[in-house]
Amino acid sequence: MTSYHLDHLQHLETEAIHIMREVAGEFERPALLFSGGKDSICLLRLAEKAFRPSDLPTPLLNVDTGHHFPELNEFRDRRAKELNGKLIIRKVEDAIANGTVQPAPGEISRNRLQIPVLLAAIEEFRFDCCIGGARRDEEKARAKERFFSYRDSFGQWDPKNQRPEIWNLYNGRLNPGENMRVFPLSNWTEMDVWEYIRREKLEVPSIYFSHTRQCVRRSGQWLPVNTLVPPKPNEEVRDLVVRVRTIGDIISTGCVESPATTVDDIIAEIAAARVTERGSRADDKSSEAAMEDRKKAGYF
Amino acid sequence: MVASPSPSSELSVTPVRTAAPHAVEILRFNTCGSVDDGKSTLIGRLLYDSKSLMEDQIEALERSADITGGGQINLANLTDGLRAEREQGITIDVAYRYFATPRRKFIIADTPGHIQYTRNMVTGASNANVSIVLVDARLGVIEQSRRHTAIASLLRIPHVIVAINKMDLVGWSEERYNEIRAQFEEFLPRLDLKDVKFIPLSALNGDNVVTPSVNTPWYPGPSLLGYLETVHIGSDWNLNGFRLPVQWVNRPNDPKDDKLHDFRGFSGQIAGGIVRVGQKVLALPAGLVTTVKEIHTLDGPLQEAFCPQSVTLVLEHDIDISRGSMIVDLDVPIGTGTDLYAKVCWMHARPLQRGKKYFLKHTSHTVQVVVSDIVHRLNIETLDPEVAPAALAMNDLGEIRLQLARPVYHDSYATNRLTGSFILIEQGTNATVAAGMFLIPTEYVKPESGDYAI
Repeated sequence: MTSYHLDHLQHLETEAIHIMREVAGEFERPALLFSGGKDSICLLRLAEKAFRPSDLPTPLLNVDTGHHFPELNEFRDRRAKELNGKLIIRKVEDAIANGTVQPAPGEISRNRLQIPVLLAAIEEFRFDCCIGGARRDEEKARAKERFFSYRDSFGQWDPKNQRPEIWNLYNGRLNPGENMRVFPLSNWTEMDVWEYIRREKLEVPSIYFSHTRQCVRRSGQWLPVNTLVPPKPNEEVRDLVVRVRTIGDIISTGCVESPATTVDDIIAEIAAARVTERGSRADDKSSEAAMEDRKKAGYF
Repeated sequence: MVASPSPSSELSVTPVRTAAPHAVEILRFNTCGSVDDGKSTLIGRLLYDSKSLMEDQIEALERSADITGGGQINLANLTDGLRAEREQGITIDVAYRYFATPRRKFIIADTPGHIQYTRNMVTGASNANVSIVLVDARLGVIEQSRRHTAIASLLRIPHVIVAINKMDLVGWSEERYNEIRAQFEEFLPRLDLKDVKFIPLSALNGDNVVTPSVNTPWYPGPSLLGYLETVHIGSDWNLNGFRLPVQWVNRPNDPKDDKLHDFRGFSGQIAGGIVRVGQKVLALPAGLVTTVKEIHTLDGPLQEAFCPQSVTLVLEHDIDISRGSMIVDLDVPIGTGTDLYAKVCWMHARPLQRGKKYFLKHTSHTVQVVVSDIVHRLNIETLDPEVAPAALAMNDLGEIRLQLARPVYHDSYATNRLTGSFILIEQGTNATVAAGMFLIPTEYVKPESGDYAI
């Protein structure tokens, strides 16, 4: 007797594939944002599920802040090649060099600066839609996101005036200059992402697994020792066995002490975790509305 | 697969936070009620008491309690994610929250109570298995309660829970509970709701939210979470009458693999029924019958597939099929026509007017329509239809008549949520202005015997 029943991962998968295909059907020039992080790895798998045996109908786009973990960029480039995808990289460094973005005095973080670089890439390639791996469970401003998130010609998000999204009917209509951000993983949790990685046997960058790293204690977190913000004499530096739970820039990504060397270990660790994934991201802690403000300015 | 069995009462008594690292069902529910009925507090309480909150979230709550709340933790701050919401102490937009127990995974849509955000309630409720309508025990049924229940009925939410909140403020009075229940039961018979449950609770104190309350010895039912964990949702999808709205034609360009040279597949999410290899199907609007040759997925070919799986069908014959086409079975006829009736919830500040043109998006198909008539508008107070109103304003529910530029292949919304629903999009602004539900079709597609593809 066959059971016509989907479990939670199959359910999330079919929802996301449907959204991917709506993008392919409704937009002229979509792009898929691919960083090499765990969420975008799932996104890429879902694109394969949606479009094979054809080639992926979207190029892969990444804004390189210049502060990425080298392991992540290596993985990003290799994975794009394996999938025969077209990878477009736009660098914050280049935008600073040619004067299109200007760091504020003393501004080291690339959090703000990556926004105009993303918007410039959208303009350069005339992308009308960017598919991103953001999830609603990550952060409470993200919890307000639609699957199809409309952005005006300045790339701005207006959370008070979003298009209602009813059933599985997505309104992708745009006027010239406007664009859409689409988030097929909206309903996924951190646990779903790892369970999907396990089920699909997906490779992830090595830094998600336990490794020994020199870390510096800074605002209550262990951050990787790096040359951009070197440890001050009064800061505690230690060699720790750590992994990263969420990957942002190297100067703001907290490392968690962990013995997890397999995906199974990671799943067990998350099931027992007492802090959220974003708890290890310094960029979200600057204020209660940090994410909301960045999204309004054009962040994805 | 289903959750491994556990003693039935265990969870409600001692909640354990677990992410259920095994295959389980997803239940979607939404909460609706009037301003200050305590929706966000209820969700905060569910998350807090089911140990779904993390230390950094609790810390953030405590931080904002020290700054603005005079030391009192405000559970609503968990879901009110926008600055304007925290400032005004109201929910503006749908907030989605996720939590899991060993039994199920839950997706919560916390939907606003303010009347101007009713469209967001429709958004949050449209995919829900369960709708929770909150009522303030002191106020009883008010217009918003009636509106929210009417919307749940219109959207045919399979299960509705009336959560009578703030019971602590009416002294846990069984009499008051029964009064409010009677107020509901007065108008429920005029709605299309199959399953309505009543639960007395206090979101602020946690009574009957996760654990049964000692304050309601007269209430024999489950706690809210107990109910959400056990309510049967297996039959919420339609498995009768195969429908595949084609989203995308899968035609590899310049394939390196010779086998793929002639590959032409039709990709979509099955919106109803079951499809099998070898089955005869009808392709619309071509009107031609063909046979399913292969059900392609990245994980290998399937012998059969069902709603709501996403698949790619390869067919025996070369038929003109593109995005917006629909592939259906021959046994359960699908409705068609260009003169259709539908129920709508109007969602935009510019009212609906007779004679105006819109885009109608139904499944993967978009057509132009003219609203030829507004048949009636539902009076929320009396739940009676007011015949031939001049317009439908924001948040109005009503019935309209549509003239379509091309036929849409549809079922009644009562039969199939996915092939019976549509949205209206305003031309020019591209705003989504209405949620629509088709009534029973008046005309059906009949495959003629001569229409077999050759």
